[in-house]
Amino acid sequence: MAVLVLLAPVVAALLLVVVRPGALAAAISVAAALVVLAGGVALGVTTHGGRVVHALGGLVRVDALSAVMVIVIGTVATLATAAMGHALGPTPDAPSRRLARQYGALVQVFVAAMLGAVLAANLGVVWVMVEATTIATTFLVGHARTRPAIEASWKYVVLCSVGIALAFLGLVLLYFASAHAGAGPSAATLDWASLRSLAVHLDPRVTRLGVALVILGFGTKVGLAPLQSWLPDAHSQAPAPVSALMSGVLLTVALYAIVRVKAIADVALGVGFVRALLLTLGLLSLGVAAVMMIAQRDLKRLLAYSSIEHMGLLALAVAAGSPLAVSAALLHVVGHGLAKSALFLGAGEVHHAESSTRIADIGALLRRRPALGGVLGAGLAALAGFPPFSLFASELAMFRAEVDAGLAWAVALALLALVVVVTALVRAARQLLLGPGEPAADQAPARALAPMVAALAASAVLGVVAWPLASLLHAAAGVVG
Amino acid sequence: MSGLGDGLIDLAAVAVLAVAVAGLWRRDVRALVGLLRLQGWALALVAAVAAVRGRDVGLGVTAALVLVVKAGVVPVLLGRVARRDPGAREGAPLINVPASLVIAAALVALAVVVGAPLHALDPTASTALAPLGLATVLTGYLLLVTRRRALSQVVGLLVIDNGIALTTFLLTSGVPLIVELGGTLDVLLVVVVIRALLGTMRARFGGIDLDGLSELRD
Repeated sequence: MAVLVLLAPVVAALLLVVVRPGALAAAISVAAALVVLAGGVALGVTTHGGRVVHALGGLVRVDALSAVMVIVIGTVATLATAAMGHALGPTPDAPSRRLARQYGALVQVFVAAMLGAVLAANLGVVWVMVEATTIATTFLVGHARTRPAIEASWKYVVLCSVGIALAFLGLVLLYFASAHAGAGPSAATLDWASLRSLAVHLDPRVTRLGVALVILGFGTKVGLAPLQSWLPDAHSQAPAPVSALMSGVLLTVALYAIVRVKAIADVALGVGFVRALLLTLGLLSLGVAAVMMIAQRDLKRLLAYSSIEHMGLLALAVAAGSPLAVSAALLHVVGHGLAKSALFLGAGEVHHAESSTRIADIGALLRRRPALGGVLGAGLAALAGFPPFSLFASELAMFRAEVDAGLAWAVALALLALVVVVTALVRAARQLLLGPGEPAADQAPARALAPMVAALAASAVLGVVAWPLASLLHAAAGVVG
Repeated sequence: MSGLGDGLIDLAAVAVLAVAVAGLWRRDVRALVGLLRLQGWALALVAAVAAVRGRDVGLGVTAALVLVVKAGVVPVLLGRVARRDPGAREGAPLINVPASLVIAAALVALAVVVGAPLHALDPTASTALAPLGLATVLTGYLLLVTRRRALSQVVGLLVIDNGIALTTFLLTSGVPLIVELGGTLDVLLVVVVIRALLGTMRARFGGIDLDGLSELRD
């Protein structure tokens, strides 16, 4: 099953290189994403009782945590590819047929690399896959070939490669520590399950250095401050479906790597070390996001900074580290993936209809484009953490778990940042949605709005009844808690 | 063999760092690419000697891979980019040469301090050299942040990568082969991607000076 999940986007990428852009290519894209989603659900059913699946001679290892990530990747990929549909033919998004082909295939490669990262048993392979996502998405970020798009993709590839190089150095140090953990040099390993069982014997001084580098390095890809400067540029310049994938799920794939390393570090160093590191990065990210959001004039950049805010919240929950905190964080990962992809796709429609994403240029959407405006409004409410959307439930649960872990002071600071963030979102929503106007002639087609409505509906359902996921999230938290 | 091997590793490891530091005072972009090739050779030598000494087939493969990719393909690819604008020189770097050499010296000292626990955990001749790898990484960062030409920044990125590889060979005789293969492939692809990106930049904007890249801000 795990192999099938990995193969689907790889096969789709190969097909999309040969198939003419058009309806068939669009169908292949969506079908591959649906296979990933279905495979993720099947893996979730298999692993939620605590079973671990191995495949490909031990290279692949799937537990409940990996299964949750596969489900999130499959969900956001389905939404993004469904929205890409019409972009697979020559459109303003992809002016030439060659570019359209490249676009469709690279999105699949990107999805495959993310799946590789969450399914790999070896932290070195996780690193290779996360760096592969950077390579696949560089062209996607620069897809528009405009000056700002090229600038964004340059910053993206250089800053992310440089940042994540730190993580590789950190992994080398962990590997070195494992070679001297008492079981002889032949026991040297980067397999995270083995590292975890060796963890009590790891030399603390070397491990501390290695873990700090790994967290800073992967933190760059998560978009945690102070290494976040690439994120707003890349996420705002990429085509909407790519932004949805990058913001909705790539960031949390990098966070997944941090969670795995933390499980090792907590045994080797005690919980204090990684907790202090993640609290610092998380609170810093919340602060940066709040300041940048309140002054933000561009819708896509506003959404990008909101991703930094949500990653900050997740870092705090991972820092707390209790099973309750981790399962709440995973629910937040799912909810953020749904809401943020809906909004980025919505911003894409806004850009398409209004030729601008400057908030001041757009107004009265509820009157002029009621359907699009309604979806956008609901999405912004979800992002701000209003009920019934699941981000409300998960934020509440994360804060409760953090207070239980003795981090009430951090919760207080986070709430302060959230007040600013919610103010910024409400202000943006008022400017975008309200005001007088006449219905426009070119309303967004239902086909374009359907993925967004589906995502927000799923988020609302999960906010009320988490039962479809509850036992899986619980099992996933148990894996690392 | 052991004496000769030790001597060769010492020499090659020092050469990797020396080349990185030399990069700080060369402004000619093509000279930087030449230095990168030299660093690739030195790095391959470290891996080859360590492979022969440890009778380690995986590391031998890695050494060959390093030679082909880091001393061969990557410098050739970058050299082609550099040749397209002949005489391309770094303008005044953000920090002048003497100052950046002083900073490099401080970074080497920092690497020695940071590297101390590594030698303490496994006191051998080769782990004693590990700070050279860390110092190369830090020098690469310095090169990257003080240069404004796109190609010089790429060289900085690759120096960082070479520093990490040197650390790997000195500490653990390389990481598992699958990780090494994947990592090398990533480096190669990053260079290919960057080359294509620079090509687009030149075609669209007529140059690859990064000072022009300042449209995106809040």
